[in-house]
Amino acid sequence: MSWIYEPWPWYVSGVMIALILFLLIMVGKNFGMSGNLRTICSICGAGNKARFFQFDWKAQRWNLIVVLGAIIGGFIAHQFLTVETSVALNPNTVADLQSLGFENAGETYLPEKLFSTAVFTDFKNILLLIVGGFFIGFGARYAGGCTSGHAISGLSNLQLPSLIAVIGFFIGGLIMIHLIFPLLF
Amino acid sequence: MRTLAYLLIGIVFGITMFKSEAASWYRIYEMFKFESFHMYGIIGVSVVLGMIMIQVIKRFQIKSFYGEKISFPPKQKSFARYAFGGILFGFGWALAGACPGPMFTLLGAGFFPIIIVILASLLGTFVYGLLKDKLPH
Repeated sequence: MSWIYEPWPWYVSGVMIALILFLLIMVGKNFGMSGNLRTICSICGAGNKARFFQFDWKAQRWNLIVVLGAIIGGFIAHQFLTVETSVALNPNTVADLQSLGFENAGETYLPEKLFSTAVFTDFKNILLLIVGGFFIGFGARYAGGCTSGHAISGLSNLQLPSLIAVIGFFIGGLIMIHLIFPLLF
Repeated sequence: MRTLAYLLIGIVFGITMFKSEAASWYRIYEMFKFESFHMYGIIGVSVVLGMIMIQVIKRFQIKSFYGEKISFPPKQKSFARYAFGGILFGFGWALAGACPGPMFTLLGAGFFPIIIVILASLLGTFVYGLLKDKLPH
């Protein structure tokens, strides 16, 4: 069982995600995480400002329970199932990140620059997290789904719209990392 | 009972996101640099297994655990919303290094600055809701 404490290889992780997709389908639901953001907006009263948020959010409570589970799962995985959180990156990636000013890339799970608590007083990096988060929420709803809804569920169901969305995800990601990162970092 | 099932599925999902390193900002960067097979392997395996599973469920009209019919509603046909929305999502995914599932996993794992990303993603969702009718879909 010691493998469980190591980072899981891609084939184990892929099978686990397929299992989650299977379980959600078999309990009569679907796999899509970004819809929860809309649900939370509705709960907070966004329906007073835009019709988009006037929907039967109570029918989506099950998905909020899944999110609660994802939070608990993150806690369990980090506290009890992980000894060493370093990420075994390609040495080229580490060198690239070094040149962008990310020290010791991969030695921690997330870059200290963006995700250590020091970021709360770091105006530039806090702004980057806000902009990143904003695009995630805006883009996911505009595209009608995110990695789970389009890349996993949609492609699995051979949906052309999901293929267009996933190609979009990659175009956006490639532009960000290859063209915009050198300007930001 | 059903609530417990959703919670357990979520817990397995959260553990998988963390342990697979799909919740690591670094892995997303590396993926967009095409410098590792890791993320492609994860997505590839889950999509191939997902395709087989959905085909089998459709072909044999398999019922849910509760004996209900399983339906797969097709996505609405369009180009603009998927292309534009997808590209904008890609910007955010690469910059924040997290997507709407893993960001909650990271919160549970104790990386508190992710709360900024979560709140900003709610703001982004809200602004989309305000602008929806003015955007090309």
